[in-house]
Amino acid sequence: MPTTIIEERPRAFAEQQIDTVTLDIIENALRNARIEMDATLVRTAMSPGIREQGDAFPLIADPSGKMIVGQFGSFIGGFLQGWDGTIEDGDMIFLSDPYSCEGAISHSNDWLVLLPVYRDGRLIAWTAMFGHQSDIGGKVAGSMPIDARSIFEEGVRIPPVKIWKKGEYNEDLIKLVMHQTRKPDWCAADLNALIASCRVAARRIHEMCERFGDDVYVSATRQLLARNHRAMKALIGMAIGEEPISFEDYICDDGVGFGPYRIKCTMWREGEKVILDFTGTDPQSQASINFFLNENMFKMFFGIYMIMVFDPAILFNDGFYDLIDVRIPEGSLLKPRYPAALSGRTHALGRIFDILGGLLGQKTPEFLNAAGFSSSPHLMYSGTDKAGKWFQLFQIGFGGIPGRPLGDGPDGHSLWPGFTNVPNEFLERYFPLRIERYEALADTGGAGLHRGGNGIIMSYRFLETGTVSIHDDRWFVPPWGVNGGAPGERARKILEKPDGTQTIVANKLDRLDVEENDVLHFITWGGGGWGDALERAPELVAKEIRQGLVTVEGAIRYGVIIAGDGSVDEAATEALRTKMRAERPAELPLFDYGPDIETLRRNSLSETGLPAPRQPVWHATALAAE
Amino acid sequence: MSYRLGVDVGGTFTDLLVVDEESGRTFRDKVPSTPDDPSRAVVAGARQVCEANGIAAGDIDLFLHGTTVATNAVLEGKVARVGLVVTEGYRHILQIARSLVPGGLAAWIIWPKPEPLAPLEATVEAPGRIGADGSIVRPLDEAKLRANLERLRGEKVEAITVCLMNSYVNDAHERRVAEIISDMFPDVPVSVSADILPEMQEYERALTTVANSAVRPIVSRYVGNLERELKSWGTPARLNLLRSDGGLMSAEKSRSAPVNLLMSGPAGGVAGALWVAKNSGFPNVLTLDMGGTSTDVALIEGGQPRLRRETSVGHLTVRASSLDVKTVGAGGGSIAAVPELTGALRVGPQSAGAVPGPAAYGKGGTEPTVTDANVVLGYLPENLLGGSFRLDREAAKTAVQKVADALNIGLYEAAAGIIAIVNENMFGALRLVSVAQGYDPRDFALMPFGGAGPLHGNAMGKLMGSWPVLVPPSPGVLCAYGDATTRLRVDAQRSFNRLATDTTDAEVAAVIDTIIAQVSGELASEGVSAADMELRVEIDIRYAGQAFEVPLYSPPGSTIADLLARFDAEHLRLFTFNLSVPHELVNIRVVALGKAANVSPQEIARGDGNPSAARLRDHSLFMDGREMDAILYDRAKLKAGDKVKGPAIVIEMDSTTLIHNGCVGEVDAFGCILIRPE
Repeated sequence: MPTTIIEERPRAFAEQQIDTVTLDIIENALRNARIEMDATLVRTAMSPGIREQGDAFPLIADPSGKMIVGQFGSFIGGFLQGWDGTIEDGDMIFLSDPYSCEGAISHSNDWLVLLPVYRDGRLIAWTAMFGHQSDIGGKVAGSMPIDARSIFEEGVRIPPVKIWKKGEYNEDLIKLVMHQTRKPDWCAADLNALIASCRVAARRIHEMCERFGDDVYVSATRQLLARNHRAMKALIGMAIGEEPISFEDYICDDGVGFGPYRIKCTMWREGEKVILDFTGTDPQSQASINFFLNENMFKMFFGIYMIMVFDPAILFNDGFYDLIDVRIPEGSLLKPRYPAALSGRTHALGRIFDILGGLLGQKTPEFLNAAGFSSSPHLMYSGTDKAGKWFQLFQIGFGGIPGRPLGDGPDGHSLWPGFTNVPNEFLERYFPLRIERYEALADTGGAGLHRGGNGIIMSYRFLETGTVSIHDDRWFVPPWGVNGGAPGERARKILEKPDGTQTIVANKLDRLDVEENDVLHFITWGGGGWGDALERAPELVAKEIRQGLVTVEGAIRYGVIIAGDGSVDEAATEALRTKMRAERPAELPLFDYGPDIETLRRNSLSETGLPAPRQPVWHATALAAE
Repeated sequence: MSYRLGVDVGGTFTDLLVVDEESGRTFRDKVPSTPDDPSRAVVAGARQVCEANGIAAGDIDLFLHGTTVATNAVLEGKVARVGLVVTEGYRHILQIARSLVPGGLAAWIIWPKPEPLAPLEATVEAPGRIGADGSIVRPLDEAKLRANLERLRGEKVEAITVCLMNSYVNDAHERRVAEIISDMFPDVPVSVSADILPEMQEYERALTTVANSAVRPIVSRYVGNLERELKSWGTPARLNLLRSDGGLMSAEKSRSAPVNLLMSGPAGGVAGALWVAKNSGFPNVLTLDMGGTSTDVALIEGGQPRLRRETSVGHLTVRASSLDVKTVGAGGGSIAAVPELTGALRVGPQSAGAVPGPAAYGKGGTEPTVTDANVVLGYLPENLLGGSFRLDREAAKTAVQKVADALNIGLYEAAAGIIAIVNENMFGALRLVSVAQGYDPRDFALMPFGGAGPLHGNAMGKLMGSWPVLVPPSPGVLCAYGDATTRLRVDAQRSFNRLATDTTDAEVAAVIDTIIAQVSGELASEGVSAADMELRVEIDIRYAGQAFEVPLYSPPGSTIADLLARFDAEHLRLFTFNLSVPHELVNIRVVALGKAANVSPQEIARGDGNPSAARLRDHSLFMDGREMDAILYDRAKLKAGDKVKGPAIVIEMDSTTLIHNGCVGEVDAFGCILIRPE
């Protein structure tokens, strides 16, 4: 049963004629309100994941839950459909359970606050924000156990509850929740920050209503949705054909021995509608890499990718949702059955964007980007220091951005919006760590006319005995190149003991015990290359060698030979390029995935230092539930 | 006799202001700027204003100057080639930056990543390591360092920066590296991060210090030229430059720490506004400096402009204090457009610039701009005072008609729409400095200046509820007032990073005393006597674990307990909640200020309240959805106490003031026009 909205003076908003100028003013004011939400959050939050890295997402929606401004998915509709409670003036909703909101948030670490904004007895808007909590209890520090078999192992799971009920604060509830986490200080501050952000946005909505009138405000939001609908309809008609096209990519493994998991999406247009069908996607995992993908969330991603190419000035909202039909098979990696574990969903979430890019760019190679939106590498390090104090770090790393039509992919930058790295001096000051090396790792970006961004090598020296968790992907299936560009290098993790011995460790693991002075070399993937590497200017390759972004050996992939003094050996380069052109097919492939899966499996141990994962299978339990 | 001379270099004109330090009398002049070497116009103008008013070069004792030399060098990419020395393992520190891609999801597809300010091929590593507690983990390997530095010889660097990990705690390695560089490259200036920004966060510290190196040669050259020209003119005046934070710094200091000059230009405007506001009796003011391509806004509360710990110029954001000035790409030249796909009306940030300029300028521009909309609506009369320049109203109409056609509305509606949108863009910036910081704009007066500010000021006052709208005399040359009226400023800061529960009042006081000794020493060396110094102590506080601090003024004798109580109140005001976690004292900072100038504004003659003597002619304009009659006035002829009823347009040489229907502008004793609703 859907949510019941209680209004003291329910009445429809009168549709108002609005001139373009007023509409644009309200659009700008909403945009500013969203920026204020972000500013309030980062200034008051405490966990490094939010305060330093920005892992949080704001939203302002209309009374029905349609997003008017925001950037990362529209979760209110899913919540309103899935929750059978009541909403009243003075309420504030708090939740974290993906299964209570149709996957509108996708793992229990994301805490979501929803504030219904009432005026004069009517619901006029929603403001909402969710942010990733560094710890919510459960069986491992950081609360994202890779080998979890169900969501019950992943920490506190909050169904929709009211922090405020008709203006009354429920302190007992918050005490109960905070009691479940290893970091109640961070969680309390971050929750306060989420609440403050929602309140700031609500204040702005009230100001707009006072300035223009409630009916004008609501009519304006409707028109903004309609404006977006019109723009998207034109885009879809222009850019998407009726002939189905497919694209598939893989999650390397699930951390318990199975992989790679295929994600497949087929797209076609029927009239004005686009169908996005995930049939052919592999089954859900018994471990935690499942990604409960909300259909509306995916519509949003799809829309953003479309608009980014054509008119980035369009205010992004939910107006176009009825133009898109998303189909996801039950029991698959993207629609796992309750109570499947979900905490490690970040890899599939990232991979969705690589798939979107491959899908949308197939028919228009000039807009096609290579792969690189491949994961969100996590490092967790916790323990008790010599003084007996508990420490716990959750940190997000970055790989290389893919080669793009615009140019090279930036080295070691974030594909996630608004994310930043943590200053190493901050890490060293507040955690028992020293970062011995932090640089872009040469040659990891795929070769191309536009080079893929290099991944990062970050070498953590642990100064206390403790426990480490690692979550990363793209260690087995390489990030593909496009338009003749080569794939990027894969991720790897190396543990070095004080005596210098090195061991390759898995890219998904929990409970790696580390001792004082152990060093973990955390290496992320490089972005795929774009275009023919033999067309890249040899002088640029030589310069990038001086810059430490490419090596002399790596230059061979560009057909460039470097002389002893560091300059380009022009004759040798020309000869090598001629030879390479002659030895390769005349037509370069649109996508270069690297070796096929079977070859990757065969060579896994020798190339990655890790055994190949086994083929995932549809499980009897999942089938029986159908 | 002794005089101080303020000079502001703008894109078109260099404005000069001489102040008689005893009487406060002022003399003004302007000369065309000389962009190839701005110092020529500066000195030529100085000579001109002094000769015209019978002032001897020898009587000028202070030469105060706001400059955009550093700003323009950054914006135009004409900066020095900088070599960078970093800790081993960190050579890509500027390449990786903070890993941030600005914009929303998928913005990486269209983001052009700026090149590092110090080229990677000119970045070398210093072998050695200092820990977060200041201990030496690995000593500096000097032989290896020298070998690494050899590489810089081939890179033709013009300046070198040293920034090593944890130098904000222990700068021993940075100092030693700088010594070795000076030994190997005696002619290359070296900037050390512990001098420029002794604070945590290696990337920001490196970037700020590199920015310092990047503008150092050009600023040094400019200051040298100025000093030489002043000397040959025969003035003994000490040269001071306006810093981004509105204080003055000596020429010598500006040569070693020019990163503090990046926002010198806009700071002059705010400083000038501050002076006008103080004289007219308005301690709380929002400033609106609207030019051709952009608008700068700032907030002044209780006679103090807000400061921030950052300076942004183009792509570059560094950690150097600046007045909290927000810039939006909205100005008289901003172009209006209607994208086909959405049918929305957008104004700016594209600008017609000086060439071709708005269509009304008749220099070949055809795109509709904000200025054209003002011309169409009759807000900018075709014949401006001074007469050299006539606006082409027909060309403006043709341009604005394009927007009208795309939106399928009338010409005047389209022009009014363009004005409303550009006003809304400025409103957004004003909100960021006011409402977003917890200030209610209704508690503030609004001061529009710059070439286009007074045209839009009244409308902005209506939007913000900020009254009066205070239009200063000569709104186009306000910056020069700012240059002439500010004070010497020296500041220094230490990272403290101690929990309030782990420190004592005595420990804090000891740190404050050390910093005071340093800054007052520096100020004394500028010739400021101890009696003329004013010291301000600021302490940055946050809840332990937060990333951002709230800076609090700590008056003499205040205790940690006082500060914490004030922090809690401020946090509640800004963010709506308090936390029951310990407080952290993050940074301690001391600002030392020299003596303020005695510059009093000139009073104008008092009239009888009736402005008719200043009336030029009748006029008609489009406002509130209809054509209406208005009157044009000559500002020079307005007298104190005159009340100008809107709709009216007040004209002077460098600016035009629009008074809306339903509002009245009253002239105060100093010639400011105070606009309020009738």
